Amino acid sequence: MKFSEAWLREWVDPDIERDALLKQLTMAGLEVAAVEAVAAKFTGVIVGVVSECAKHPDADKLSVCQVSDGDNTYQVVCGAPNVRAGLVTAFARIGAVLPDNFKIKKAKLRGIESQGMLCSAAELGLGDDHDGIIELPSEWQAGSDLVDVMQLDDITIDLDLTPNRGDCLSLKGIAREVGVLNNTAVAYPKIEPVAATIDDVFPVSLADAQGCPRYLGRVIRNIDPSASTPLWMRERLRRCGLRSIDPVVDVTNFVLIELGQPMHAFDLKNIKQGIVVRMAQAGEKLSLLDGQELALDDQTLLITDANGPVAIAGVMGGHGSGVQVDTKDVFLECAYFNPLTIAGTARRYGLHTDASHRYERGVDFTLQSEAIERATQLLLDIVGGEAGPVHESLDQVHLPQAVSVRLRQSRLTELLGVDIAAKQVDEAFARLDFQMTSRDEVDGSVEWTVLAPSHRFDIAIEADLVEEVCRIYGYNNVPSKQPLTTLALRHVELEKNTESALKRQLAAIGFQEVITYSFIDPVLQDMLDPGFAPVTLTNPMSSEQSVMRTNLLGGLVDAALSNRSRQQDRTQLFEIGLVFRQEESGLQQTSRLAGLLWGSREVESWAGQSKKMDFFDAKGAVDALIDWAGLLDVTFSKVSDPVLHPGQSAAIHVQGVSVGRVGRLHPEIESKLDIEGVYVFEIDSEIALTNTRRTHTGISKFPSVRRDLALVVDKAVPAAVVEGVVREALGGILVDFRLFDVYEGKGVDSNEKSLGLGLTLQSQTATLTEEDIGHFEQIAVQALQEKVGGHLR
Amino acid sequence: MDIDEILNQAQTAVDAAQDLRSLDEIRVAYLGKKGELTSLLKGLGRLDPEQRPKVGALINEAKVKFQTTLDARKTLLEQQQLSAAINADAVDITLPGRSPTLGGLHPVTQALHRIEEIFLGAGYDVVAGPEIENDYYNFEALNIPSHHPARAMHDTFYFSDGTLLRTHTSPSQVRTMERQQPPIRVICPGRVYRRDSDLTHSPMFHQVEGLVIDKGISFADLKGTVIDFLQRFFEKDLQVRFRPSYFPFTEPSAEVDVQCVHCLGDGCRVCSQTGWLEVMGCGLVHPNVLNMSGIDSEVYSGFAFGFGGDRLAMMLYEVDDLRLFFENDVRFLQQFN
Repeated sequence: MKFSEAWLREWVDPDIERDALLKQLTMAGLEVAAVEAVAAKFTGVIVGVVSECAKHPDADKLSVCQVSDGDNTYQVVCGAPNVRAGLVTAFARIGAVLPDNFKIKKAKLRGIESQGMLCSAAELGLGDDHDGIIELPSEWQAGSDLVDVMQLDDITIDLDLTPNRGDCLSLKGIAREVGVLNNTAVAYPKIEPVAATIDDVFPVSLADAQGCPRYLGRVIRNIDPSASTPLWMRERLRRCGLRSIDPVVDVTNFVLIELGQPMHAFDLKNIKQGIVVRMAQAGEKLSLLDGQELALDDQTLLITDANGPVAIAGVMGGHGSGVQVDTKDVFLECAYFNPLTIAGTARRYGLHTDASHRYERGVDFTLQSEAIERATQLLLDIVGGEAGPVHESLDQVHLPQAVSVRLRQSRLTELLGVDIAAKQVDEAFARLDFQMTSRDEVDGSVEWTVLAPSHRFDIAIEADLVEEVCRIYGYNNVPSKQPLTTLALRHVELEKNTESALKRQLAAIGFQEVITYSFIDPVLQDMLDPGFAPVTLTNPMSSEQSVMRTNLLGGLVDAALSNRSRQQDRTQLFEIGLVFRQEESGLQQTSRLAGLLWGSREVESWAGQSKKMDFFDAKGAVDALIDWAGLLDVTFSKVSDPVLHPGQSAAIHVQGVSVGRVGRLHPEIESKLDIEGVYVFEIDSEIALTNTRRTHTGISKFPSVRRDLALVVDKAVPAAVVEGVVREALGGILVDFRLFDVYEGKGVDSNEKSLGLGLTLQSQTATLTEEDIGHFEQIAVQALQEKVGGHLR
Repeated sequence: MDIDEILNQAQTAVDAAQDLRSLDEIRVAYLGKKGELTSLLKGLGRLDPEQRPKVGALINEAKVKFQTTLDARKTLLEQQQLSAAINADAVDITLPGRSPTLGGLHPVTQALHRIEEIFLGAGYDVVAGPEIENDYYNFEALNIPSHHPARAMHDTFYFSDGTLLRTHTSPSQVRTMERQQPPIRVICPGRVYRRDSDLTHSPMFHQVEGLVIDKGISFADLKGTVIDFLQRFFEKDLQVRFRPSYFPFTEPSAEVDVQCVHCLGDGCRVCSQTGWLEVMGCGLVHPNVLNMSGIDSEVYSGFAFGFGGDRLAMMLYEVDDLRLFFENDVRFLQQFN
């Protein structure tokens, strides 16, 4: 809502400076979003009268004028097409300074001396009209300073209003609020009924009285289509952010800004038989002013005539029925529409207008009569004509009923946390125009019942009154305190880590956290989860952000690629977040943890060349997390995963349940992405957040002893199987198992490999003898021979 | 050779020894089984009996002297050897250390952790919820029916089945109220989504909402909590002001401005010369919201507040473009490690 400060101060002029007024509005909940001067800065421009105007002897488009400032006459050369003898206009004499520090000096134009300049509105920063010099009212005194006579020391204030304050979408409403805030009377303009001079009425019928319980119409005949909107009104509209269109539209816009009542003017000859306000039938069509044809739905309230829809009620008029340049007879519409009926209509059609904005939030249902009289008077003043009587169609039953709301002083105190005297509440209600219907005192606590004024649509329950009283009392006058409440102890889960602990652990082992969008490019999504249909947004910002991720790989890969393009030679990233998967059981939103490794293992250093990271860096990170979580019975098994390298990938199982995967991206995907050596892991967050309770297992007092074996087995035997065989065979006596070497080549058969196994044995009860050690070694070797066909080298 | 001569010779040899090995050879040459001083002792038997004690004493005296010289030389040579070894082992201590590669947490995460820690200390619980929500939890249960103009304040992402990406974390509050009777003290941090993108808006951002419900919870309690939080979070004694505002789920509602953390109220680019930064919305929970979730609004009252975690992170870390948080440029992220 934009309005002019000068206009506001005509209605209510509290004794506070401009800055204080702006702050007061913001602090009252009418947030000042922007402030703009109504004119650019200039000096020395006065009202001048063109007394003579002759053609320049040497230039077709220039005129040589004599301009009077009341005392003297100056010769001025002017190029404006509208300059003429008798015109009163803006005159910048020599010495004047126009916007952008443009100084007016004596000049010669094509040989003729010019003692100043006649100015257009645009040249003075008064809007963008530069078609000709400004035309001022003829009665204005020559020589007056333009800044004074046009009240240019004014600002346009733009309020960012919350949806509950529809009552402030007019100068009247803002003035009322400023009056309340300063406890100052408001001088509302006097609006007198305009007597009818003709009898013409245009019939109106309310077929949907719930949507439109009140409709005022008035016929005005014989207006002067050649009249133009006076400067004062154009200036007011401009300072409220509206362009001047033609006198009739300007008047309806003026009333909209002044009183907050949207109106519409039809060309009487273009509406047939009578107005019917009704709901649309699905599929009905309406052409808009811009030529667009709308197919209407049956939730839309319409203004119709004998030929069909002529306007969407409370939103926009249709093409062909509004006033035109040659309109002689006008039908003025001024209605109250139910906010619930209008709400959503504008949004459904994408037609947000000043009218719909107000009707959705609620227009005072007692305002229509005042508004139509105001508009009539303004119209008659500007375009003349003869007004018929105001014809009101009314369904009293469907007008809003003032709701009776109770406020208990005890509840007020409890909710605000401060004692507010009953007298202050009385005063607040009086200032806000709330009508008190009862006031009783029960046990020292006053109970009020009030009716909200018709311009307030946001007062329905006690809490609404609490807010109103609090607003008047001042939010910042309410004290601050700490809540008093029960001091229950928190439940801290024993066998679960917090997500923040997990993140810190990942950072400690070298991973940088990233936060990537939950919606990604469908192309990337399909590449990294082929064949699985993602959940798709119906209204994405762009197609690159149109599907919900089904795993975390897309965001990580994207981050790795962009960092590589920013000259990074390594990335080690992780993210924890939800993935969204439409499963047979319904939509699953589960948290996952994923990591990505690419590039050098270490940051480049003097201590030696770093190798590229490989599968075992990724697996090592997973191993570290498994140890941290204390997970038992974890297995890595070969897996056929379409996005991972078939020879360098594994499924991760905990107690037989699949919980994630680790591996290199499939070579085909790497080649599509034009990157090599990308290793990823992805695990269910739930599992990674496990914190298995550890218990003390004792420390043996007896020495441990290590035996190393060089075991030769078939190449296909996985190392984990060898470890499993040894652990199973030896049981608790084996306190550590190390795989310290893997060798293939000379001395070993080509389809075999040699593994260096380090077995550490220790007993809890005795020092192991050479004999014991030999016995256990024998058991291990025998088991390896039986289970995996291994033999010592 | 007489004793003195031998001793002289021996001491000269010791002084000339340049390393421990040659020193030991000298020791053997004089004190070993066949050493010269040893031989003198062995030759005592050939002397007159009355001369023996005197000569014996002289030989022993010479042995002690020699031993002393030998020990001193040994110590000296050992020290020389040690310091040579130390010199040889010296490194350029200005070379960079061999540190393990460290990662780090995203600055938004760090800010959220700080926020969580502050509230956990006051007995709040941290709750999370789904990000794809239905209309009821995101709007209806929060007193925002389908026709409400406030829906225009939330540019919502939708799916074809009518579900949506939550526009705030308030649905988590509703779920908490449905699950639990008061007293309730929770904060709900998480990702939220709105169709908006510029310097200060991202289609995905992080919100933290707080909810306290108990008997006798007041607007004064809300003010105290919000002011305390902002002052603790920024560790500055900042001015905080409350402006009437409107949210369908609170009444009374307030917008909260904090004194600009950058210029402390003098006016700067960060606060657009106003001295204030708008940081959160809050209010007393609307009775309709309490009642809809099965909490008796005549018995209990509560307050709720909500703010952008990313916005607070921007203020704390002096980041001027919200989008930097989601570009994941490690050169940016590592500035906070």
